[in-house]
Amino acid sequence: MKSNIHTYFNRTTSAAPLAIFRIGFGVMMLYSIIRFAAHGWINTLYIEPQFHFSYFGFTWVQPVGNATYLIFALCGLAALFVALGYKYRISMLVFFLSFTYIELMDKTTYLNHYYFISALSFLLLFLPAARYFSIDTLDNTVAKDENKQTPQIPKWTIDSIKLLLGVVYFYAGLAKLNSDWLIKAMPLKIWLPSKYDIPLLGNLMEQEWVHYAFSWSGMLYDLFIPFLLLYKRTRILAFVAVVVFHVLTRVLFPIGMFPFVMIVSALIFFDSGLHERIINYIRRLLLPLKMFFIPLSRKRVPKKAMELKYKRFILPILGIFFALQLLLPWRYLAYPGELFWTEEGYRFSWRVMLMEKMGSAQFKIVDEDGKSFYVQNSDFLTPFQEKQMSYQPDFILQYAHFLGDHFTQQGHKNVAVYVDSYVALNGRLSQPYVDKAVNLYAIKESFQHKSWILPFNDEIKGL
Amino acid sequence: MKLRNLVLVLFAAIAIGSCSESEDDGVATTTDSFDRKALLENAADNIIIPALQDLSDDLNSLKTSKDLFIATPNQANLDELREEWLDAYMTWQYVEMFNIGRAEEILYSFQMNIYPTNVTDIQNNIASASYDLTSPNNNDAVGFPAVDYLLYGVATDDLSILDTYTNNTNAQGYKDYLSDVIDQMDSLTTAVLNDWTGSYRDIFVNSTGNTVTSSVNLLINDFIFYYEKGLRANKVGIPAGVFSTTPLADRVEGFYSEEFSKELALEGLQAVDDFFNGRAYDGSTTGPSYASYVTELRTNSGTSDLTTAINSQLATARAQMNVLDDNFANQVNTDNSLMTRTYDELQLATVLFKIDMLQTLNISVDFVDADGD
Repeated sequence: MKSNIHTYFNRTTSAAPLAIFRIGFGVMMLYSIIRFAAHGWINTLYIEPQFHFSYFGFTWVQPVGNATYLIFALCGLAALFVALGYKYRISMLVFFLSFTYIELMDKTTYLNHYYFISALSFLLLFLPAARYFSIDTLDNTVAKDENKQTPQIPKWTIDSIKLLLGVVYFYAGLAKLNSDWLIKAMPLKIWLPSKYDIPLLGNLMEQEWVHYAFSWSGMLYDLFIPFLLLYKRTRILAFVAVVVFHVLTRVLFPIGMFPFVMIVSALIFFDSGLHERIINYIRRLLLPLKMFFIPLSRKRVPKKAMELKYKRFILPILGIFFALQLLLPWRYLAYPGELFWTEEGYRFSWRVMLMEKMGSAQFKIVDEDGKSFYVQNSDFLTPFQEKQMSYQPDFILQYAHFLGDHFTQQGHKNVAVYVDSYVALNGRLSQPYVDKAVNLYAIKESFQHKSWILPFNDEIKGL
Repeated sequence: MKLRNLVLVLFAAIAIGSCSESEDDGVATTTDSFDRKALLENAADNIIIPALQDLSDDLNSLKTSKDLFIATPNQANLDELREEWLDAYMTWQYVEMFNIGRAEEILYSFQMNIYPTNVTDIQNNIASASYDLTSPNNNDAVGFPAVDYLLYGVATDDLSILDTYTNNTNAQGYKDYLSDVIDQMDSLTTAVLNDWTGSYRDIFVNSTGNTVTSSVNLLINDFIFYYEKGLRANKVGIPAGVFSTTPLADRVEGFYSEEFSKELALEGLQAVDDFFNGRAYDGSTTGPSYASYVTELRTNSGTSDLTTAINSQLATARAQMNVLDDNFANQVNTDNSLMTRTYDELQLATVLFKIDMLQTLNISVDFVDADGD
């Protein structure tokens, strides 16, 4: 057994799939950043709001005024360098840090796919993705020396990406094993009929059997696609399924770049022959520019590869990384109550598109004279922030503290903050959400169960 | 896999995917079980246009009695003028929520019903005799609240009010301002009405898609905005002091006439009820509405009845409002707890509209622009 493991970690394979993965990743991240900026979201999401919702322990990560644009520029530039394979380790590190910083600035914008990008870029930090077809190794990039073999890299480095993708899909599938999704076809029963205006598919979207078909096939797709991609005989069919599935989700839902990221990522499952052909194709495109590259190429001093040199550290680090990936989604079991209702342990778990949840939260400020008034949320929050805040308890608590501090500063004494809130989940009528007799200003944020969330008067069975 | 095939597949994926990124004009290409066009036609032909028509007629009568009053400022003409003003103000309650099309472009409701009206601005305008009533700075010096002040608030009793329009050194200034404000209200209303009876009606009823700019979505967003702000907050919540440390009795609608705030609020609530349920302005028929849309969607998805819950909450709010003094300012000063209770009942319906109804309709909301997952 031990020797099996040992042999596995010494096995090598072509560097081509990882090189293509690096290029695809870099290009898509660069495009994502440009798209984000072009929509004006840097301003509306990070600069305009007067208050930001922080992750517990990360209140120190804040937007930095107009310099926030520089963080995005840095992130985009790093993505470009990653794609080019220029100073790969540094570029990847800068990308990982800047992208993660951006995501930590305000949890209002939390998306599973942003978390996926952060996790993936952390993993890529340790992988030899620029060993081949990169500026860092320019001598064999443009004019390929036919005698030169494609460099070899450890096989586990490519497998680790497959593992991460597999975890994302499989856990997304597990999360769908619940009665709302499978028995009630919720929330698709709410979402799909509202797509009545989509060309061709519009009519179909209103049929009940379609809602069930989508729910069940979505669940089966997520659970099985990693294995179907791994198995050579089903791979091409599985890839077609990947394309169809993600394009469909892109058409039906506003999910930005995520479908494209997943489609391109899935290419990693193919044999290196395909990636060699892609590289040869790009090489031919670059050929006219050859003269610019040749003078730049340099004889490289053969250095021991990083993933080999620091293998003793890298493997344990990635071991812990994957252990966390596998365990974090189960942390919800440590909390009482319905996960969808309390959202304690909901994030960072690949729970995607499971809930149609909306809320309304009216905050009441009471001072020591017993005088009280309601807050107009629009005075402090953007509509997007208000929407997200209204049904997520940690947002509600943080906002209550912000309000308490604000009105204390304004000269109110002994401020108490209460909330009158309602939440509707997956088509159930709205119910009171937070105990309105609890002074939220006196409650500290922690990972403890939030006992002030009122019980969910229904049951969702399953994982 | 052949590289060419792969490139083809990826290209097609990107092409299909990015098509859906672009905004379309909101014209749906399919028909389905619920006829959204019929909903919009009912709203336009039986509710919005008739209400605007009626308001326009009322404002014409208001103009006539205003001309009479200016020519002969006596008690009889003042009474007549006040009556016409109230008539039009009541009709306005059926129009304010439709901040769509031309009304939105010209900021119609901002020029018709911003209160409390700003007495200093009005007095300055009268004194200077040069003013641009369309200027945003004058939004709180025009419309129904300004006329309320001019007819009831310029002096302490009717005799002194009449005196203002007869013997005051600047009587002509007051007459001119009263006249200009009413004429302006009439011409704004005519502009909005003409747009509806002209080209806008057809554009409106054909925009049945689910996009941020389609009529189906704009109309319901406007409706909810009105219910929450124009009705719940402005008419009841703000005077009751729910958003301030102390009650603000001077913020009631029709503050100077001192007797119509309840009547106006009840009418506003009726307008909300009628629109939600698709009741025609003249009360004769009931057509396809957001209520019937919500009912159908919830029946289809097997979720509990929402329309009944909304209607019964509106009825509860109405019952609570009926208990109040005719003049909300009196109510605030005598027993404000009844005011805040009315606010609470109105708020419960806000929750049903904003959360349950919007979740059921799964409307593309106009205010959130970001990716989801």
